[in-house]
Amino acid sequence: MIFKKFNIENKKARDLIPQAITVLALLSVIIYFATNAQINMGNRGISFGFGFLNQEASFDITFSMIEYDGSHSYGRAFLVGLLNTILVSAIGIFFATIIGVVVGISRLSDNYLIAKVAEWYVEIFRNIPLILQIFFWYFAALRALPLPENGINFYDISFLTIKGWYVPKFIWTNFNIFLLSVIAAFIAIYFINSYATKQREQFGKQIPTTIISLATLILIPLITFLFLGVSLTFEYPVLKQLSPTVFTYAGGVSIIPELIALALALSMYTATFIAENVRAGILGVGKGQKEAAASIGLNKNQILKLVVMPQALRIIIPPTTNQYLNLTKNSSLAAAIAYPDIVLVFAGTALMQTGRAIEIISITMLTYLTLSISISIFMNWYNKKMAIKEK
Amino acid sequence: MNLIAKPSKDNIKTYVPIGLSLASLSFLDVFVNAFFNFNLMGFLPSQLSYFLPLILGFIGFYLIRIEFSGVRSLDVLNKNINSSNFNALLTLFTIFIIIKSIPPMLDWFILEANFVGNSKDDCTGDGACWVFIKVWFNRFMYGLYPDAEQWRINTAFLILFAVVGVSFFVSQKLKKYFILFLVFVFPFLGIKLISGGSFGLEYVESAAWGGLSLTFIISAFAILFCFPIGVILALGRRSSLPAIKYISIGFIELWRGVPLITVLFMSAVMFPMFLPDGTFIDKLIRVLIAITLFEAAYMAEVVRGGLQALPKGQYEAAKSLGMGYWRMNALIILPQALKLVIPGIANTLLALVKDTPLIFVVGLMELAGMIGLAKTNPKWLGMAMEGYVFAGLVFWVICYAMSRYSQNLERKLSTER
Repeated sequence: MIFKKFNIENKKARDLIPQAITVLALLSVIIYFATNAQINMGNRGISFGFGFLNQEASFDITFSMIEYDGSHSYGRAFLVGLLNTILVSAIGIFFATIIGVVVGISRLSDNYLIAKVAEWYVEIFRNIPLILQIFFWYFAALRALPLPENGINFYDISFLTIKGWYVPKFIWTNFNIFLLSVIAAFIAIYFINSYATKQREQFGKQIPTTIISLATLILIPLITFLFLGVSLTFEYPVLKQLSPTVFTYAGGVSIIPELIALALALSMYTATFIAENVRAGILGVGKGQKEAAASIGLNKNQILKLVVMPQALRIIIPPTTNQYLNLTKNSSLAAAIAYPDIVLVFAGTALMQTGRAIEIISITMLTYLTLSISISIFMNWYNKKMAIKEK
Repeated sequence: MNLIAKPSKDNIKTYVPIGLSLASLSFLDVFVNAFFNFNLMGFLPSQLSYFLPLILGFIGFYLIRIEFSGVRSLDVLNKNINSSNFNALLTLFTIFIIIKSIPPMLDWFILEANFVGNSKDDCTGDGACWVFIKVWFNRFMYGLYPDAEQWRINTAFLILFAVVGVSFFVSQKLKKYFILFLVFVFPFLGIKLISGGSFGLEYVESAAWGGLSLTFIISAFAILFCFPIGVILALGRRSSLPAIKYISIGFIELWRGVPLITVLFMSAVMFPMFLPDGTFIDKLIRVLIAITLFEAAYMAEVVRGGLQALPKGQYEAAKSLGMGYWRMNALIILPQALKLVIPGIANTLLALVKDTPLIFVVGLMELAGMIGLAKTNPKWLGMAMEGYVFAGLVFWVICYAMSRYSQNLERKLSTER
């Protein structure tokens, strides 16, 4: 009887008990770990703190986008690693999207052979662990490339060798003006598009926005080349003999094999997932939608642009963003082939040198966590905005 | 003036034979070129003979493109690979690339490959050196596990396969006990058998475990533990009690936000700092905990998808029957929700299996790790290609089989009518 009364009348109290137990359990685990950590660190004579970030790192990094050498600080090394992670993720995302969209559309092709080839591409690359693919490209495929002295020559402009891919270096003058003009072009395109949408919705006028936008994007930066003193020259890589047997290329930019292997594996692996998303998205638009659009007199391009794509993208984009996120996280496998990303540089070398396991692992994890959470917040916002508003 | 009539049913008798022979000629040219390294069209200027197969094939495909020809096989052919000029080109390119790539692949894998011998010196051909795989096969399967004790791993897996095999043929009632045995008894029995230390079995420390068997052991245990944890986390995330809900959300998002490799780093270098001085937890167990918690977070999100997809009426109906929270979830909600998300569960488990090679971070070596070790052996340098192709094949077979099985299961359990 008493129990029953307690049950009904004190719903709040009944809810409180499991919550209190969970919170207490969690707190006690945290406190237990924290005390242990304190004792352990005390025993080893290290104190918790982030001061080490300002100390001299005194190790070299093979590939860096900003100026860095051993005399810079650990904080700078972290930044180098982070930038390298972002670089390989950006390259991977770019190619994964292209391959993924092509393969995804190919899977729906009415050409049986193309559809089958695309299907087998997906089945093969999706079912082999990413790390094995990275190993394959790095240790097997790229190691089969020739030495610098007989590298594969692309019209004397770029050279593919076992030591990396040498490409021309872009040398800009007045790059800032060029950059500003590109930004200005994008702003202009935005206004053109919103004007066109208004015209279409109010007066039913069709304005060929694609052509106008493209023209704007080409014309405005072109003006800077012609009148505002922007110019671009290339520095080509040239074969140089260091000693009777050792050759290398001078000038140009060298793309290290680690980066090539990692970008290749990441984009080919992630492309399979993106392809499946694209396929699902296009299949997900009901046949009735296309028929309805055709029956109100839209032509084929308009159907695709105004009816199919907006609906397909609503299905495609959320899981694809998730794949971009996965790609970024998977880029941490770089550590396995010594591409200097944030994990290798910071959680690897810097940790070995300083021994500050807790601080460094926390910073590394927090970096990834910040990235993930900001993208998922953005995605939630986007999904809410794009969701079909039912009446 | 129409010099050449458009291919149609009227001129089918002349166009189809000509078209087919042109297309065959183009394939024959590429085939002979690829397999026998002989250029049939060599008498022509080099640029022309290079593109000739493409041109011939294209004309041939154009000529046989007859709509409603009345010949069934021709219609099927046209519809599937030859519906337009663009499609014909795509088809030609695909077939050419396939024909071109067969000989080098065949050479490398079989014709020029070496199968007999015991050392690298026996590999004289240009193709793959499968001797490498043969010599190291034992290591690739069992890692550094002592040769004399390997029967223990074999026995453990044999028992597993036997029990699973038999359970397919017994009645539903007995099947329950088989599953209970597999889930609650066998894992610990098996691990005892493999690690030894009692019953007169020699103790083998986990650092010596490795190879493909370690992949299986880690996958099996992680799957076993991550599933219930994932379900509980998913229920927690949907709970109406704020503390439990937010702790679950925090936990899930924490693991999902970081790459597995940093979690493994954490388990290797940071976790020991959190334990009392002198306590030592086996490397393998730390890795297992890390992988389990990591995948459990993903599992939780998958299960949550299933829970959200269930109509509210199911909850209300269960409650109106007087069921409590746990009974409602166990008997009504979860069976339906889990069935809905079988593809997601299968994908998570696949991801788990594909993630196992990452344990190289803490120094454990499963299949990929053992290959890394073998290819750096001074006697076997330059065997990376063979090793990784082999590992890729093994993982591919496992993962492909898993995904096929999940598709089957989905179809079998589907109750939609």
